[in-house]
Order: sequence, then structure tokens, then C-alpha cells
Amino acid sequence: MKEISLILNNEPRNVQVETNEILLDVLRNKLGIKSPKCGCERGDCGTCTVLLDGKAVRSCLILAVEAENHNITTLEGISKEKLSALQEAFIEFNSFQCGYCAPGIILAVTELLEKNPHPSLEEIKESIAGNLCRCTGYTPIFDAIMSLTGKGAK
Amino acid sequence: MKDYKYIGKDVTRIDALDKISGAATFVDDIDFGANLLYAELIESTEASALIKNIDVSEALKVKGVYKIFTGKDFHNRFGLYMKDRYVFDQERVRFVGEQIGAVVAFTPEAAKSAVSLVKVEYEPLPAVLNQMDALKSDAPLLHPEVENYPRVPWFYPKGGTNIAHWRKTRKGDLEKGFANADVILEETYSVPRYAHCALETHIAVAKFDHSGRLTVWSSSQSPHTQRNLFAEALGLSHKDVRVITPYVGGGFGGKAGVTMEIIPAVLATQLKGYAVKLRYSREQEFTNTYQRLGLIAKIKMGATKEGIITALEHQLYWDAGAYVEYGANVVNAVGLSASGPYRIDNVSIDSICVYTNLPPGGPYRGFGYSEMLFGLESHISRMAHQLNMDEVEFRRINAIKPGDKTAYGAKMNPSGLQECIDKAAKAIDWGKKPISEDPTKVIGQGFAIFWKAPAMPPNASSSAFLKFNEDATINLLISGMDIGQGYQTVMAQIAAEILSVPPAKIRVETPDTDRNPYEWQTVASHITWSCGNAVKNAVLDAREQIFTLIHRVYHFPLDALYLEDEAVKCKTDPAFILPLKNFVVEGIMTEDGTFKGGPINGRGMFMPEFASTKDNPETSQGGHPNVHYTVGAAGLNLEIDQETGKMKVLKVALAIDAGKAINPDLVKGQITGGLLQGLATVLYEDMRFNEKGKLLNPNLTDYKIPTAKDVPEEIIPIIVEVPQPDGPFGARGIGEHTMLPAAPMIANAIEDALGIRIKSLPITAEKVALTCLREKAKQ
Repeated sequence: MKEISLILNNEPRNVQVETNEILLDVLRNKLGIKSPKCGCERGDCGTCTVLLDGKAVRSCLILAVEAENHNITTLEGISKEKLSALQEAFIEFNSFQCGYCAPGIILAVTELLEKNPHPSLEEIKESIAGNLCRCTGYTPIFDAIMSLTGKGAK
Repeated sequence: MKDYKYIGKDVTRIDALDKISGAATFVDDIDFGANLLYAELIESTEASALIKNIDVSEALKVKGVYKIFTGKDFHNRFGLYMKDRYVFDQERVRFVGEQIGAVVAFTPEAAKSAVSLVKVEYEPLPAVLNQMDALKSDAPLLHPEVENYPRVPWFYPKGGTNIAHWRKTRKGDLEKGFANADVILEETYSVPRYAHCALETHIAVAKFDHSGRLTVWSSSQSPHTQRNLFAEALGLSHKDVRVITPYVGGGFGGKAGVTMEIIPAVLATQLKGYAVKLRYSREQEFTNTYQRLGLIAKIKMGATKEGIITALEHQLYWDAGAYVEYGANVVNAVGLSASGPYRIDNVSIDSICVYTNLPPGGPYRGFGYSEMLFGLESHISRMAHQLNMDEVEFRRINAIKPGDKTAYGAKMNPSGLQECIDKAAKAIDWGKKPISEDPTKVIGQGFAIFWKAPAMPPNASSSAFLKFNEDATINLLISGMDIGQGYQTVMAQIAAEILSVPPAKIRVETPDTDRNPYEWQTVASHITWSCGNAVKNAVLDAREQIFTLIHRVYHFPLDALYLEDEAVKCKTDPAFILPLKNFVVEGIMTEDGTFKGGPINGRGMFMPEFASTKDNPETSQGGHPNVHYTVGAAGLNLEIDQETGKMKVLKVALAIDAGKAINPDLVKGQITGGLLQGLATVLYEDMRFNEKGKLLNPNLTDYKIPTAKDVPEEIIPIIVEVPQPDGPFGARGIGEHTMLPAAPMIANAIEDALGIRIKSLPITAEKVALTCLREKAKQ
């Protein structure tokens, strides 16, 4: 066991972790953060995506100790005050169905729009190519993002 | 057409805020405190074997392990339509990955490492890994007792064979039909197995408390069916079994009925006071839930030179896996409907459910119709070409019309199939295929039509409770599952329309069998229709209570009263406006200070009282097994790289007759999502077993489901609305159907582009390229 400090959704937190524990399990089981989901435990599906210093990462492929002294942002952090414009657009365009992939995809796109506010459709596809969605067929997700980029939905 | 306020409108999903803010709770998000135990399964490494010995001595020494259970501890049988499964194998395993026992430990790590120390001694038996081998006269029998298994009356197993069910449908005179044909075409088509790949794996947590009450939290499409099967298998009273089903991270049929959920349920009964969690890994999700059934279909079709289909002989051999308690009903459903959406006078269908030593086959979005339609719609295209006819025109000529007789003799319901064909063909400019700008690529057009009926017992029912709150907001209690399709929103829209209360003021939550009234299951694309009717009836019940109360207090004639803008109004007295919030809980005060009325609570139910499975087993004539069909048509433009075989869908249009689209945007969502799921079964997904029946690619790296980069360039969803007479506001289901045309229309487009006919799925780029090479070598 090792105690680590991290900034979780803009709040300093300390937590005891095993050195081989993955960040996903520590977030869900020790820090009460449930929006990152487990879908495959091997980096294939992207449902466990969180932002580490603003960069989308798979929390199932990162050890909790690697997050020490870093900023971790999850959907809970983004939703704290009010929904982001991206979240509002996801609602408007029905960019989710079962909702299991939504937290990860919203975070991946949050990173994209932070770095590139006017992405092309190709860039949008690339940014979420590692986040699987079995329900929507992705098109409603593209439409929501395109509505925010000044290029309008298809 | 009537002007509705909320029906037919793109109302915002009522689960949106939950799912987009991160608040939505799935089973694994619930905390169970210190008394939580973790179960891990001991799984068979053999496809067919006797279990000689299970040595758990080393496993029990692992720190944190609490107990280990095997088939010796539980002898409970289960199954939805046929009880052919045990919770744990008794003496014999029938597929790789089958559960032999479970380790229960205080940490998941301890449970996992203990499982690896369990030593199972097998005596291997010969295995049959495909349905044609399993049908041979000398094939080893998977279930010698099949005829004695308890089952529904519409299943016909054949003792002494691996046939668990054989559905025969006969209409007209087949020989005469072929004699009248100018062209007869025969072919065999094959469809392999597929996996649902919901992103949330199966999970269930069960607790048997010290009072003897079982509570199960599960990710399921079927809370009441689970309660029923748990109670039955464990000998408990239904009142002592409670199933709570929070949000489900994708179902697609895979979370219907009962699969792994029964394991923690029975374990819990031996672990009083503890909660027992079983969460499947991605690998287990592939190997030990349900898979889509494999199919080999032999089709013989006759048609006149004018383009009339005179006869169809359709033999369907299903690879249904080691247990068919649910899968046999897939076979049954297709056995009734394998004429496809065509009017054919002479039909013979044999749909045969065959046991194999592979994972259990079960429900998957489409319920067998995708598999059946791959062959049939490929065959239709080829028959049209043989007749030198346009294949869309050929479909138009033979398409079933309302009032026509189906192959089993029932009348076809109102439907807009012709309109769907016309609109889908027009949307892709059928007959005017574009020419690729890239000389290495060619473009083909493909078309397919489809139908599907809900497959359900004739007495499958839905019910609803509606409770008014003090401020005239509403809690609608129903037990269907919002597995992503938007069911909760649609049910709220139905209530909102009749009561004139905005959908945003109606709360619909995921069910708890203790609180919410009965629903059969969220399957068969039937809950918009079935539960929608129950909700409508509950709302009408509440409205009647409201009007009766107003009549008692104010003496207005009942038929003068109506609801508008959350208030009761009266046609004969325009000045009368009584807001619902003034009285729906607290009642109405009369002149002497007493109150009349009280809380308004509506209740409603729906059962299709016209349905029946009582028919002649040799012909399927005489019953009314299907409540109605939903139909549609789709076409696409497919670009193919001639060297690599890589394919890209340039434009795809899918038209479906929703009866009435209660929420058009949700219907379009089903079209967009279902189409891609269907296209994936042709273009990407490819399940590989080795010669010992072990699945070689049980993960999302090697079993490729589509990513954001695999989406068609343009999708055109088309909604047709020919009302379903007994549907709520005319609605019928559309969820599964959006997958159905994908495979044949791709195969048809490939033939159009390259002149090659591929008769087996999947149709990967590799297969297209290799087929092209083989064809070239022949020339």
C-alpha cells in the first residue's frame, strides 16, 4: 500500500493504493467516482476514458500510482456547475442510447475541442476512434460535435 | 391526421440528464458494503467431456477464499422455453467455457487466483462442432433426454437425435408450384455465429438475507422473467424474490431471459447475509452468455417468366449450441416466417434446431430473421437476374400486401411495404449507380426488403401504474427496460399526450419487481406496442377517475369534460378550468368543508387476446402465433476496391413502417445504430473457433465491431406510417428490424459491382479480394 495525492475534479485527494492497482478501480472503488466504466479491461473499448492533465487516457491501462500529483478529470468534474455545451449538444442530438460509452466519449471530445475548436469530420472521427459505441452508429455523435464547431450539423 | 401535442414529436429523452451528467447508475456502480463477496467461475476447457473429478484443495488455501461450489451443491435446472440447463454442470460439460463451479472470495483477486488452482479431471467425449455433423445418424447425442425436458407446447424435439425442435410450415402444393415455374433456382447460404458486444458485460449481484428473501440486482432486459425463473429454479415464492434492474449498458437480446444471473442467485442461497457479485470479463461475455445462432439455409425457389414466385422450399439448419432453452424459439420464429415478406402460394419451411458443442445460441437483435434474410434476399436478387427483371420490381410484384395469407395461414396486418420499397429505391437513385472517380474502385447497388414479427408466447403481457403527485407531476411505473432505445421517453409521451401534461413532468425509472407491475420482457421489439397499450390503459383509467370526480362535484356531463394544459376543462362551460395540481392528490373541497376524491392512481394492462400457438405441428396452420409484422426496405451504394476488396458504404437508405413514430428522432436513432450493427456482421465481425470448439477471438481487438471510422458516408432514415390498428396511436416496434437488410444488400451490391456472388457471411475485404482472384484464375 502506498498513499498518493492527486487532484481529482479540481479537488485535492489522498488515497491508499496498491502499487499494481489500476486507476479505474481506484476511482470507482476508493474515490466514489462511478462515471468511468469498465468494458474490457484492456484498452479496447474506451468506456473508462478520463482526462489526465487534460489528455484523454484509458484508466484501465494506467496504474493509480502513475496519477500521483496529476490532475484527473471525469464526467463528474465536468458536470459540477452546469452541463458543458458539448453535453447539451449530446442531449439535443440524441448522441447516446444506453449511455455506457457516453462518459468516455464526452471526455475524449472535450480534449479534442480544447485543442482544436474547429475540427473537421475526419478529426472528430479520429478523436473517438478508440471509443466504441454499439448503439448509436456514431452519426448522432458527429452531428452533436459538428453543431459546436461553427460548421453546423450535417 | 390528428394534431398531437407530444406524439410524433422529437421530445428530449427523459434519461438524457442521467446519462450525460454521469449520474446514471448501472449495476456495477452500486456499493454493497463490507459483506460483499466476489464469485469467479470454474469453466470447462473441453467442448464435450465427462467430469471425473474436481480437486479444489489447493484453491481453498488461497487467502481470502470463502467457499467453492460445484454441481454437487446445486441440482437446479433452468431455462426459458425448455429446461435443458443446469446452474452448474452435473457430470458432463457441453461447450468450452461452460460453468463447472464457482469460487467465492472476499476479493476479486483471491477468487481469480483460486480458480486457476482448481484441478478438473475430464474424460473427453466426441464433440460435434457444426449442425450438419450433429444431424448425422452416428453423431454423438448432446441431450439423450431431450424429449423429457419440460418445455412449451409449441416445441417438437426428436428423441434419439440432436434435434431440439423442428418447426414445419406447409402451405399450398409445392410440387404444383414448381411445375408452374419457368425458372427454378436452388442454392445454399451460410451464416456464422455473432456476438452482441454490449459495452457493459453481464453482471448480477444477489443477496439472500436472514429472513429468507432473495434480492438480485442485474443488468437485464427481463426483470420479471428473471424473478419467475429464479423462483422456479430455487423453489421460492415470487413474493420473496425481488429483481432490481438499473440502467443497462446495451442489451441487443443478449441480456434477455436468464443466463449467468442465476449463478449468483443460487450461490447467495448458501451464503445467507452476504451479497454475491458475479461480473463477467469481456472474454466470458463472448463465451458464456448467448451467441447469435449459426445457420445453413437451403433455398429452392420457382418463378414464372412474368416474375411471380410460384413456390418456395426453405430448409433452415440452425447451429443452436449446447443449450437451446431460448435459442429454440429463434428457430421457431423463423420457421413460421421464412417466406419473407412475400405472397407465395406454395411454401414448405423446415426450421431445425440442432444441438452442437458450442456456446448456447440465443436471442440477438433480429431473432433469426437477419440470418434467414441473408439467404432469401440474396436468392431474390439472383432470381430476378435469372428472369432478366429489375430486382426491385421483382420484389414489388411479390411483396406481401395487407390481407394476404402468410405461410401459416394468418392474415397480413396493414403495412406500408410498397411505400418503403419506393422510398428506399428513390433515396439511392436505384438503377442509376454512380461511377467511382477512382479507377481502381467500382460501385455496386444493393437492395433488400424485410419483415419481422415479435416472437412471444401468446399470453405475453404488459402492465402499468400511474401515480399523480401533489403538484400534478407523475410517476409512471412500468417494467420494460430502457436499454438505450428510448422506451421510457416514448411511454412518457403516450401518458403526456392523453393527460396533456408535459413529458418533462413525468418520471419513469428503471424497474424493481417489488414496486413495478408485471412486464414479460423487453424483447421482440414489442414494448412500444404492448407496454404502450398498457400505459395508455393506465392513463385512461386515471382520466376516468378524474372525470368521475369532477362530475360528482360539479355535475358537468362526463362527455363534456376534457384535459388540456394540465387542467380539466368543460366543453359546455368554457369558464371552467381546474388545474390538476389542485386536486389529484388532495381532492376537492365542497361547500360544507368536506373533501371528495383522493389520490389519483391509474392502472392498465395489455395482453394480445387474439394470439394463439395452437396449430397443426405438421403444417403450422390454424394458430395465430404472431401478433403483427413490421416491414421495411433498404438500399445502398457500395464502393469496392478491386485489389484489396475493401468496401465503403457511400450512401444507404432504410425505410421502415413504424405505424406511428411516437418519437421520430428515436426511430432514426434505431435506424442509424441498427444499420451499422447489421453492416458490421457482414463487413467486420468474424467469430473464429478452433477444431476443439474454443473461441479464438473473444475480445474487441480480434473481434472487430465498428469504430467511428467505419460509418457509412451518408445514411438516409425514412419513416413510413401505416397505422397498426391495435397499436398505441398506431405504433408498432422497429428496434430490431433496422439490422435485417444489411447482409443481403451488401452481397447484392457486390454482385452488381463485380459479378461475383458470395453466399456465406461475413463478407470481409479479404473474402471479396480472394473471391475475385479465384474468379480471375478460372477465366
